[in-house]
Amino acid sequence: MKLSTYNFLTSKAIKGVKVGYPLKLTIAKKDVVETEFNPTFIERLLPKLDWNTVYLAAQTVDLADDIPQEQPAAVADNEELLQRLHHLLLEIDVLEGQLECPETGRVFPITDGIPNMLLNEDEV
Amino acid sequence: MARMRMKKLEEFLSGVDGFEKPKILLEQYPTPPHIASCVLYNVQAQYFDLEDKLVGDLGCGCGMLSIGSFLLGAQLTIGFELDPDAIDIFRNNVTEMEIPAIDCVQTNVLELTGSKWENAFDTIVTNPPFGTKHNAGMDMKFVETGIHLATGAVYSLHKTSTRDYIHKKSKDWKVKGEVVAQLNYNIDNSYKFHKSKSVDIEVDFWRFDVTEKEL
Repeated sequence: MKLSTYNFLTSKAIKGVKVGYPLKLTIAKKDVVETEFNPTFIERLLPKLDWNTVYLAAQTVDLADDIPQEQPAAVADNEELLQRLHHLLLEIDVLEGQLECPETGRVFPITDGIPNMLLNEDEV
Repeated sequence: MARMRMKKLEEFLSGVDGFEKPKILLEQYPTPPHIASCVLYNVQAQYFDLEDKLVGDLGCGCGMLSIGSFLLGAQLTIGFELDPDAIDIFRNNVTEMEIPAIDCVQTNVLELTGSKWENAFDTIVTNPPFGTKHNAGMDMKFVETGIHLATGAVYSLHKTSTRDYIHKKSKDWKVKGEVVAQLNYNIDNSYKFHKSKSVDIEVDFWRFDVTEKEL
């Protein structure tokens, strides 16, 4: 699971859960997979992401020093930051771990890189 | 990545493993490599909707369309699939082919509308359950979800017999729907109730321009 994917995941589908975001990410095993850097793609991706959760992800993988806590107004000319965001969001691959609903504590396991967000019938 | 030729794409996709035991309730038909390469090649060559894009694959199954999207230059492809057995094969396919830019989320596609995934993707591709038998209307539910999730275009396969109905639905959703091509979808004798060895189904390959959607 890439940390860009993590940014979109919620537990809102659980009955009674109001926001269900951000999920608490715990990583047991991760990998780094190099992918082609495309600054325009990152620029276009950023407005779709929740910056607080981008920063939270950076903290979880000990890269918080690389990423500003507040969303910068413009990133287009900041190639270095775009590189760092590319690495954080597209190259770090969470292989084993879990996501936890902030309201109910329901745990969603991440196995072999794939988060299982499926809910039981009695949960929806 | 330089644009791959259709023949080459089909060769690569022939190496993608399909369902071991297709599930009738989920209407699991594999997407044949020939169909997948023909569809995806045109998505890129005619409409430039894959290269450098964020692509979602609804009901990704074993990953045929996700992997094809990557091969044609998608920056990141995220597949959504319910079935754990299909996901196991998806995982093996992606690992064996050493594909770095594909993610998969195990979830119910029909729960994605109204989530943070709304408008997340440039392009959605889907080979939905055809919506026959116990699954009536399922193909259109997948497309509707796709329209919610995409900002550019949704590509989908549907039985040709449903063409008029889909044109009508497109108008309701204020999306521009067009049949890009009509294909012969050859389905092997996947299930016991299929009497003949293989069946050819006429299938439309649709493109929905969602830039002016109203859902």
